[in-house]
Amino acid sequence: MTPRPRCPSSLFARCVLACAAGIGLCPPASADGDSRAAKLPLLPSYKAEFAACHIAYPPGLLPAAAWQRLMTQLPHHFGTDASLDAATVASLSTWLTANAAQGRRASPPPAEDRITRSAWFMREHDEVPAATWKRASIKSASNCMACHAGADRGDFNEHNVRIPR
Amino acid sequence: MNHSKPLRTLLAAIAGLAAAGATLAAPSATPVDLLVAYSAKAGAAPEPARGQRFFTASHGREWSCASCHGAVPNQGGKHAATGKSIAPLAPAFNPERLTDPAKTEKWFRRNCNDVVGRECTAAEKADVLSWLLTIKP
Repeated sequence: MTPRPRCPSSLFARCVLACAAGIGLCPPASADGDSRAAKLPLLPSYKAEFAACHIAYPPGLLPAAAWQRLMTQLPHHFGTDASLDAATVASLSTWLTANAAQGRRASPPPAEDRITRSAWFMREHDEVPAATWKRASIKSASNCMACHAGADRGDFNEHNVRIPR
Repeated sequence: MNHSKPLRTLLAAIAGLAAAGATLAAPSATPVDLLVAYSAKAGAAPEPARGQRFFTASHGREWSCASCHGAVPNQGGKHAATGKSIAPLAPAFNPERLTDPAKTEKWFRRNCNDVVGRECTAAEKADVLSWLLTIKP
């Protein structure tokens, strides 16, 4: 286990700098926008249904349009059948849309509606070499828990990141 | 509506039964209950050996059941795509398994689509369940 080096180009640092420079790009809550988006209490039904095959990704990690597309395509969900009954789809879709990413997090829209293809995600992880993602202990960029041990509790704090060998 | 008295009594009894059923919903069945129901629907006795073959064989697609659950699901498995850990499937090693008919149906539907490319038949489900029930510590 190796601690990840402090990333000088984190979204947080840039945001603070932008605000300090008075550019006014950031709404007042943006300095802790990462944790705010990730720490939203998850709907119990969302946790129950969406944490079966991967963690229940915080809704603030994708824009509303992406969530809506994913929710209409659950029978063909990145290569697997993740279908749910219509009532559950409707209620979770509403909740995801209401809590989806906004502003800089939402634009530009991520390719293939993948969190890992979002501009902010790629920026935040640009120091992680391609070979690291492929380690057996990590397997895929969608496996947040491999490095962010608190991801299932919404903790993506970069001081707690440990990249496994 | 203006029902006759016997009909009203019958409807009330059915409503009462439905309410009682609702309070018992979710994990109210045992794996054997599910096996009995699937076997009845299949109209044939289940065969554990056939269930084991079905579970471990490839059905012409990328994954078998065993790809994620392990060849003998008496211990945890790992999701073939995401790497997320999967709790043991055999009820003797995980008492929560196969106790909720709706949850069982949901996962059969999803996983059979991934593994076989169609929904499984009641006979296939009964075979697999009967084999899972033979796996003991």
